[in-house]
Amino acid sequence: MIPAAFEYFRPTSVKEALALLDHYKDEAKLLAGGHSLIPLMKLRLAQPRYVIDLGRVRELEYIRESGDQLLIGAMTRHVAIETSDLLRQRCPLLAETASVIGDAQVRNMGTIGGSLVHADPAADYPAAILALEAEMRVVSSQGERWIRAEDFFVDMLTTSLQPGELLVEIKVPVLPPRTGTAYVKVAQKASGFALCGVAVVLTIDQNGVCQHAAVGITGVAPKAYRARAVEHALRGQKLDASVTAAASAKAAEGIDPLEDLHASAEYRAHLARVWCRRALEQARARV
Amino acid sequence: MAKKFVGERVPRVEDQRLITGRSQYVDDIVRPRMVYAAIVRSIYAHARLKEINVEAARRAPGVIAVFTGEDVREAIGPVPVASQLPDLKIPRHPVLAVEKVRYVGEPVAVVVAEDRYQARDAVDLIEVEYEPLEAVVDPERAIAEGAPILHEEFGTNVAFVWQLSGGDIERAFREAEVVVSQRMVNQRVIPVAMEPRGVVAEYHPGEGQLTVWTSTQIPHLLRTQLAAMLGLAENRVRVIAPEVGGGFGSKLNVYAEEALVGYLAMRLGRPVKWIETRRENFLSTIHGRGQIAEVEAAVKRDGTVLGLRYKIIQDVGAYHQLLTPAIPTLTGLMATGPYKIPNLHVQVIGAFTNKMATDAYRGAGRPEATYMLERMMDRIARELGLDPAEVRMRNFPQPDEFPFPTASGLAYDSGNYPQALRRALELVGYEQLRQEQQVLRQQGRYLGIGISTYVEICAIGPSPALPFGGWESATVRVEPTGKVTVLSGASPHGQGQETSFAQIVADELGVGLSDVRVIHGDTAIVQYGIGTFGSRATAVGGTAVYGAVQKVKEKATRLAAHLLGEENVANVAFEAGQFFVKDRPERRLTFQDVALAAYLAKSLPPGMEPGLEASYFFEPSNFTFPFGAHIAVVEVDPETGDVHFRRYVAVDDCGRVINPMLVDGQVHGGIVQALGQALLEEAVYDENGQLLTGELTDYAIPKATDVPWLETDRTETPSPVNPLGVKGVGEAGTIAATPAIVNAVVDALAPLGIRHLDMPLRPEKIWRAIRGA
Ligand SMILES: Cc1cc2nc3c(=O)[nH]c(=O)nc-3n(C[C@H](O)[C@H](O)[C@H](O)COP(=O)(O)OP(=O)(O)OC[C@H]3O[C@@H](n4cnc5c(N)ncnc54)[C@H](O)[C@@H]3O)c2cc1C
Repeated sequence: MIPAAFEYFRPTSVKEALALLDHYKDEAKLLAGGHSLIPLMKLRLAQPRYVIDLGRVRELEYIRESGDQLLIGAMTRHVAIETSDLLRQRCPLLAETASVIGDAQVRNMGTIGGSLVHADPAADYPAAILALEAEMRVVSSQGERWIRAEDFFVDMLTTSLQPGELLVEIKVPVLPPRTGTAYVKVAQKASGFALCGVAVVLTIDQNGVCQHAAVGITGVAPKAYRARAVEHALRGQKLDASVTAAASAKAAEGIDPLEDLHASAEYRAHLARVWCRRALEQARARV
Repeated sequence: MAKKFVGERVPRVEDQRLITGRSQYVDDIVRPRMVYAAIVRSIYAHARLKEINVEAARRAPGVIAVFTGEDVREAIGPVPVASQLPDLKIPRHPVLAVEKVRYVGEPVAVVVAEDRYQARDAVDLIEVEYEPLEAVVDPERAIAEGAPILHEEFGTNVAFVWQLSGGDIERAFREAEVVVSQRMVNQRVIPVAMEPRGVVAEYHPGEGQLTVWTSTQIPHLLRTQLAAMLGLAENRVRVIAPEVGGGFGSKLNVYAEEALVGYLAMRLGRPVKWIETRRENFLSTIHGRGQIAEVEAAVKRDGTVLGLRYKIIQDVGAYHQLLTPAIPTLTGLMATGPYKIPNLHVQVIGAFTNKMATDAYRGAGRPEATYMLERMMDRIARELGLDPAEVRMRNFPQPDEFPFPTASGLAYDSGNYPQALRRALELVGYEQLRQEQQVLRQQGRYLGIGISTYVEICAIGPSPALPFGGWESATVRVEPTGKVTVLSGASPHGQGQETSFAQIVADELGVGLSDVRVIHGDTAIVQYGIGTFGSRATAVGGTAVYGAVQKVKEKATRLAAHLLGEENVANVAFEAGQFFVKDRPERRLTFQDVALAAYLAKSLPPGMEPGLEASYFFEPSNFTFPFGAHIAVVEVDPETGDVHFRRYVAVDDCGRVINPMLVDGQVHGGIVQALGQALLEEAVYDENGQLLTGELTDYAIPKATDVPWLETDRTETPSPVNPLGVKGVGEAGTIAATPAIVNAVVDALAPLGIRHLDMPLRPEKIWRAIRGA
């Protein structure tokens, strides 16, 4: 529990951070809330020579509305997302997701940017980010680019961020009327991370017909995924319990579930199906 | 005398400093010129040690010294085991491995450096060459033919075979109308005290004294052992247990690191600190439980249990720690539980395995006994189509049968078992719940009601039953100002005896609670004592305090009589802190007046020594036997296997209660740890002996949100074993609750034909059982 030696920097702007990142390249690690990186360093599973702390880069801490988009700075803490009135009204899914991350201490320190870039296969945000079809803005000394949620998560602990790139902003669309959302989670009892987490965005018209369905599932596979087969089975259907149940049966279709000490692949897939149905029912009730 | 404090919910005097972060744990201790130790631990479960290359580490920045097993084997004696069993195989247990390593985490070398970062860095520079050997992890396999042998000198992995018989077990089975049998696994669990272990040692060459601060439950016993391991005179070793952040039995031990750090301090002439990391704590602090048992019950159709046969394999681990072999003997002693079961046979085989040693963990052998028996009572009830509460009622001894002799050779001191169960049934609304259960079953819902009635063995214990004395000591020292200092040989570490002992003393001497200060845990200040474990601190240590305070009172009364000019001491009364002659109550001396007079010593009765203090060593005549009934009500989600608590009712009888709040706290904590074992916890090693649950991210202990509302209640049957009438309650929850919870889950699943599931009852296991049903 004692990390190896490292040199520590505390820039106050994105520009400064990028310069440091350019200079030290892969010997450097960005530090956000530190709630994934520091445990790894303490176990010496990560031994960066240089640590660039983003804690004073205030320009990355915000939640604001811009047209029909919500913009969230990468350094926004989980607690800020959980308690944001704007998000609770305009994007309750993200606030609900943040509210079940770890415990109060973790939520006080952890950041959405850190969580997304860390890309833990059992992290909570990725499910919601996928279901919301969010986009991530990353910058480097070369410029900036937007990455769609689906292209963002590449594999376990791997995103499409390139060396030298910094995640600065997450953009989520304001949801249309008659939309219900839900995030449900089965926690791994030791770590509190998701054995299975299902995020649902469901838009239903006056006649009860599903106009839009997006389902993101985390914890089950090496990376969070969109449950396309479920979405297909819902879209254009008049929703009732049997339709959502039948659709949920496809929640683990085409994926290769994780298997570890805490759950077999079979059980994870089963949880995905059960909790997908429960999440859909909850979202439907909230429309 | 009216009791002002005893029996009241007095808030803990310890809490202020604990909650405000002002208490001093080992890691808070800083000595001048202190250096830091870090330990290189085996990465193999079983291997021959070839070369250890320490050159790079020696040259690393800040490194002061590196030692291997070869370097210290002459200087430091082996890690001791205190328990004696016939034919017990005791392997030599060096503080640093020599020639072979036998579990992952076994200390191999130690580095000392100027700071802890440098020490940790140097650990990575030590190259240990191992020749890996096949490991044996499963205790059943370990004692089977052809298993790799841990200690070649024995030619077997059987560490001991221990048997206990009472009555005529063969006859019981001949006369049985039904035989119920069940294999059960009591999985290995990890104690996980919030504060890991830690040691600071400092040698004072002028006085030739070694001071060791260590997170321990037994400072005096440890001092004796450390002196022996290090070849020092016992009165040149001072052990201090500062604030101890939880032990649960895991610090009722003598660990390699405690001697090693002491040695380093002497050898290097500088104070040395070693603080265990959480990972080290998982790997190399003792584990608990670890039993596999075949249990057979001989019963009559009316539910009467005639006899019990247990064949138990105890997973010992690679070496014995202080009490390793003794733990399953407690299982044997308590094997007939709170029932009148006249015939018993218990066999325990201890198996060496390539894992950390098992030893005392909250309950220490009794939770295993209670678990097996309470599962059996439910199995019997189901087999016979009887209500589980009824089966228990039919087998209880009645209150007039105490002291009650058991087939295992104990004499239960006092009890009223039917009353405790009736109370719990009433509180939970048993009849109604059973009806509701029927209704819910019709709707495809799985409600389960789990009963556990228990008796445990506490106040450990009479000296003949212990390897190191089972008494406890106290000194009550009245200072000249009338303030009272209590020196207790017990070593509480969270149980709250600084409060409860002060309550006892304050009531006896008529002083305020804050006038009393309880000191413990420092061998240079406190007279020899045994320590805190086995729910003994109040029943044995509290009685010692009570005994000492009686002596003080007696002397003070004699002095008061003298000062009041009364010849006959019997005519002097002591009430509410004042002495007076009974028929002349107008002239009074306060307790403070008398204390001061004792020290000023201007006028003492002839032959009376000045001063006002007394010591008392209390030797109990028997153990005490707390008991009770716990009932868990759960609902199982048949789709996911999740277990949801509806209710949890605990009726405990721990004899007289000195502080109900402390008792509730102990019961709560105990239930939570039991819940951990029932539903979540398991030390999982892979077949190569790697601990897979080696971090808190993988080893699940209960969190606040996992714990239901605990409805606690009590009956109060005083113990005749001590004048306070107290029994002990530190482990009751852990002993009672595990089977209550498992019984509830199995009861919920009964309609599916499920008869037994081994712990931990994780959702996936339940889900599979449901699917397989
Ligand atoms: C006890 C505990 C329980 C937890 N429980 C949960 C849980 O239930 N659910 C859950 O989802 N998470 C959980 N977490 C993880 C927590 O949410 C972390 O905060 C999060 O995963 C990482 O965010 P961070 O801000 O702490 O990032 P850090 O740990 O500081 O960084 C993580 C990684 O991201 C990189 N990084 C950070 N910011 C940026 C950026 N802007 N651009 C590029 N790279 C960046 C870092 O270099 C590092 O590699 C838990 C953590 C702990 C310690």
